[in-house]
Amino acid sequence: MYKIVSKKTLAPAIHEYEILAPRVAKKAQAGQFIIVRIDEQGERIPLTIADFNREAGTITIVFAEAGYSTKKLGRLNEGDSVLDFVGPLGVPSHVDKFGTVVMVAGGVGVAPVFPIAREMKDAGNQVVSIMGARNKELIFWEEKMKAASSELLVTTDDGSYVRKGFVTDVLREYIEAQGKPALVMAIGPLPMMRAVVNVTKEYEIKTMVSLNSIMVDGTGMCGACRVTVGGETRFVCVDGPEFDGHQVDFEEQLMRSRKYKSEEQHALTKESCGCGGGGKCHG
Amino acid sequence: MAKKIIPNKNPMPHQDPKVRAKNFDEVALGYSKETAMAEAERCLNCKKPFCKEGCPVSVDIPEFIAHVREGNFDDAAKVIKRTNALPAVCGRVCPQEHQCEKFCIVGKKNEPVAIGRLERFVGDYIIDKEAQVEAVESTGYKVAIVGSGPAGLACAADLARQGHSVTMFEALHTPGGVLMYGIPEFRLPKKIVQTEIQNLKKMGVTIETNAIIGQIASLDELLTEEGFDAAFLGTGAGTPYFMNLQGENFNGVYSANEFLTRSNLMKAYCFPQCDTPIKVGKKVAVLGGGNVAMDAARTALRLGAEEVYIVYRRSRAELPARLEEVEHAEEEGVKFLFLTNPTRYIGNEEGWLTGLECIKMELGEPDASGRRKPVPIPDSTFILPLDVVVVAIGQGPNPLLTKTTPDLETNKRGNIVADEAGKTSKEGVYAGGDVVTGAATVIKAMGAGRAAAKSIHEYLIAKGPKKQ
Repeated sequence: MYKIVSKKTLAPAIHEYEILAPRVAKKAQAGQFIIVRIDEQGERIPLTIADFNREAGTITIVFAEAGYSTKKLGRLNEGDSVLDFVGPLGVPSHVDKFGTVVMVAGGVGVAPVFPIAREMKDAGNQVVSIMGARNKELIFWEEKMKAASSELLVTTDDGSYVRKGFVTDVLREYIEAQGKPALVMAIGPLPMMRAVVNVTKEYEIKTMVSLNSIMVDGTGMCGACRVTVGGETRFVCVDGPEFDGHQVDFEEQLMRSRKYKSEEQHALTKESCGCGGGGKCHG
Repeated sequence: MAKKIIPNKNPMPHQDPKVRAKNFDEVALGYSKETAMAEAERCLNCKKPFCKEGCPVSVDIPEFIAHVREGNFDDAAKVIKRTNALPAVCGRVCPQEHQCEKFCIVGKKNEPVAIGRLERFVGDYIIDKEAQVEAVESTGYKVAIVGSGPAGLACAADLARQGHSVTMFEALHTPGGVLMYGIPEFRLPKKIVQTEIQNLKKMGVTIETNAIIGQIASLDELLTEEGFDAAFLGTGAGTPYFMNLQGENFNGVYSANEFLTRSNLMKAYCFPQCDTPIKVGKKVAVLGGGNVAMDAARTALRLGAEEVYIVYRRSRAELPARLEEVEHAEEEGVKFLFLTNPTRYIGNEEGWLTGLECIKMELGEPDASGRRKPVPIPDSTFILPLDVVVVAIGQGPNPLLTKTTPDLETNKRGNIVADEAGKTSKEGVYAGGDVVTGAATVIKAMGAGRAAAKSIHEYLIAKGPKKQ
């Protein structure tokens, strides 16, 4: 059993849990993910690591209640436990001194972006973070992101906070004004990552994206998380979750993400961005 | 005068095929005490038991059968347990027709003694009766076992019996490996696997689930920081092979691993009471002809598919699956498309599979495996309309552990290189089962686990008493 040592509700139906899992915390690195299973009947839910505390032995996860299982997870409270918690899974982010790195976070994507931004900054990069959400209510971790970045740009789809526009609008303006960064990294709903990649393709900027595919075991055993990258089939769980966004077949990923849509809105769970609509807000 | 041998095995009762094709309960129902004792009468108790030589773990077969004949089932169990930690499992899933029963003298002119059915009977008889095992004097040595499938379980049992402290690391949330995620409930009830594992725990074996070695700790860290004196790697064949055909990523194309894991380990067959879903559709094809393919096809039937096909590129004679499994599948209504090879997947605009294009094959000259090589017949393609395809053409080793252990030698396919005693290129590290041989059988993996346990014991004892 793995205890939830703290619970915060960051926005409507978006929760932050700190979970006691010392073995996972000891090895966790930015960019990796964990799989959580709530109880004996539960499915295995993959979630990207939002933070970790090696001393306290905890892992932070942030998730939006989207499908059946994330709603069930959201009903737990501080002091409750989840039955299974496994990780760290996947390959950590490649952090190096690149120069200027633009981190783009859409919706709940801000959570996995945070530890990568922090490491990028620690590695000596100029980190420009762009975070966007549908409206003001859904913005969270702004202070943490400010601390992890050299510069933070915030946007809302409806203009209810800071400015109106999609993250791609901000990205384009930034590139036009400041020139090409060495690297762009985008995490959020698939349509948002696809939109970011379409922009950076125009400017020929290397772009990494983090995929959150449907998975079962997360160890390379089932092949549910297949993705076509540069014409080759790869497994998100062991080859990813980060891939060169310019090589990813997003159309195929979008179709695959809808596989269990009729069963319990499964696809929404995997693309959770807090917009409640499978990323429609960031298209 | 030699005793008169009853020519046929005592039949084992089975669930009616029409009924069982709709449920996940066990197909074969097992012998009663009376039937088991009657079957035991058929054994000639040969002085030189060839059957034992056919057993990868060398069970003393005539000796245990003699106890069954007398009704001394506890003694029969003791005999089996000397060399086989999991009789209730092996009695169900061993390919006895290629092992013990193949060498049975009775089988020369008649049906062999039903050794597998008797082993299953004894395994089931004893499974709930095992009390606390007497504590063995501890050697103080700690052994890590990576992977809790058949190889690891067999290795753990032998090492614990020798007084070594054994910790098993399992990547999934439930121990048992392929016995839990792969082999379906109707062939091997999960309760039996878990009870056998509980019995191992009674022997003092510790099992850490949700623990992926290579991710939470490297093998080197286990052997240094975590203080293990030796390790056994039984990580199995977990990486699914695909055919690399056009359209393989359409929704509806599953690996057998995923299809079976969803159904067995995650209990998708009881969705929505259990949270994990599975797609089955009306028409399902399973690609391949091994036991895994039979398991997937029979699972699809039970999940409600109306038509289930096995698509196999060779003929019935070459099917690698156990004959009993093939017969069971046929009885339940699985249709076999022999000499048929898939060429591409067909799907719709929403990314869903709608069919499989296949080509007819004929058998040509023998290939490297000695079997006649299937060759395509020109202009014989046809389209099979389908909702789901399950790819069951084999599995390779999982690289998570080996890629973080650079000094562990692997071959071209990624299998760990180990000798017959389980010794690898790394000191104190032994390996066995599918990760070494490629996908094989439960009992061969158990045999390899036992061989490695013997090597590990010798390796540790040679070091002298453990220094604290």
